[in-house]
Amino acid sequence: MSYPNNYKYTKEHEWAELVSDTQIRVGITDHAQNSLGDIVFLELPKVGRELKSHETFGVVESIKAVSDLYSPVSGKVVQANSDLVSDPARINANPHGEWMLVLESTDAKTQFAGLMDSAAYSEYVRSL
Amino acid sequence: MSMLKRTALYEEHKKLNGRMVDFGGWELPVQYSGVLNEHTAVRNACGIFDVSHMGEILVEGPGCVGFINYVTTNDASTLAVEQAQYSAFCNESGGIVDDLVVYRLGEERFLLVVNASNTDKDFSHLTEALQKYSGVKPRIKNASAEFSQIAVQGPLAQKILQSLTETDLSLIKTYWCKEGTLAGVSTLIARTGYTGEDGFELYVPWGDGPKVWESILDAGKSDGLLPCGLGARDTLRLEMKYALYGHELNDDTNPLEVGLAWITKLKKAGTFIGKPAIEALKASGPKKTLVGVKSMGRGIPRQGYEIYDLDRSTLIGTITSGTQSPTLKQSIGVAFMDKKFETIGTQILVKVRDDFHEFVVCKTPFIEKK
Repeated sequence: MSYPNNYKYTKEHEWAELVSDTQIRVGITDHAQNSLGDIVFLELPKVGRELKSHETFGVVESIKAVSDLYSPVSGKVVQANSDLVSDPARINANPHGEWMLVLESTDAKTQFAGLMDSAAYSEYVRSL
Repeated sequence: MSMLKRTALYEEHKKLNGRMVDFGGWELPVQYSGVLNEHTAVRNACGIFDVSHMGEILVEGPGCVGFINYVTTNDASTLAVEQAQYSAFCNESGGIVDDLVVYRLGEERFLLVVNASNTDKDFSHLTEALQKYSGVKPRIKNASAEFSQIAVQGPLAQKILQSLTETDLSLIKTYWCKEGTLAGVSTLIARTGYTGEDGFELYVPWGDGPKVWESILDAGKSDGLLPCGLGARDTLRLEMKYALYGHELNDDTNPLEVGLAWITKLKKAGTFIGKPAIEALKASGPKKTLVGVKSMGRGIPRQGYEIYDLDRSTLIGTITSGTQSPTLKQSIGVAFMDKKFETIGTQILVKVRDDFHEFVVCKTPFIEKK
């Protein structure tokens, strides 16, 4: 699986996509879903919550494992994907297409620029 | 350098893209194609598991029945040759050292199959017990390194294995076994398992593991047989509420607190290690019990999660195992808790991270046994 070049990544295996100068979409990477296995539960924060970068924003559970989700950037939750909460197995099927949150921040673009690019993330995954 | 032990089937797992994990010091596959897929294969067709990490202890010679009865809670003297029984070793306090399956292979030859991570502890326990034992002393041997163990489980298990052996499998009843030849290999064929489905556990010489494994994979391909990992093994046993050592059972749990009175034969001849403590608990009445709980909600109970009364302040127990049942698509868990709450239908609260989730004590097995 390749990691989209227009996305950025964290060491905790979240991806971020800059959708406008102030908004970032967040999901988990193919590596994350593959490590977890069959995902059966997803918990997301309420719209309006302010998150700091690296803060836990939710939980994803597979049959076997529980894993915290970490916010790649600081910002306010302006959308949470409730469809994904109802059918979390979609994350396994399309990890880079199924977003969990949209975060809003005036400096989204700057924060986004500070994250790992796809080449660095691929290298990081290979090193694990 | 890896210090993990590998079974004879390690290369088979790599070939099948098994995701290897550390399981009690053994490098074993947690899954191949996915836990849900593998779980479903076992419920509807057949699955094959490498369980070679399990420990095997041989007890042989005069005195073996008396000694096994001294170290286990069940009554091995009732076993006919080729019959098996579920049992437990206890310590002097009545706590469970391990749970095991006892196979009577001959009049004076028994095979005890124990949990992988407890094998050394069990063997020390038996060695010590043998010193204290006042009856005729049998020979005991840790033969774990001599056996590969392969479990073939599911409604099509008999059909698939029958094509590989002359032994008439239909004549082997549940919890019985027979020594025979399977895929050209000398095999102890036991109709036992840990999934709730019909099936077999095969004990073969360590080095013959790959040959038997590959033959079964081939024979079962057209029937939908899948290789299955530890993940599916866990969800399958959990749907049946079968105990897993380290979860439901440990050195401090008494058999009477964890639903194992049925394998605790206080009236058998002679005493056994732990009997006085178990009798004392029976007299005073166990205060704790193991029950199944389930929820209509989405929170998944996990080992160690606390259980509260509806007042949200009285801690009444903990979850020992939990998952989302692949068959029911519902959160299920096993709860070790205050016996006062054991009645089916009783509502309780499980603390999942910071929230209280409503669960109800339910009938077990969680699914109907076929």
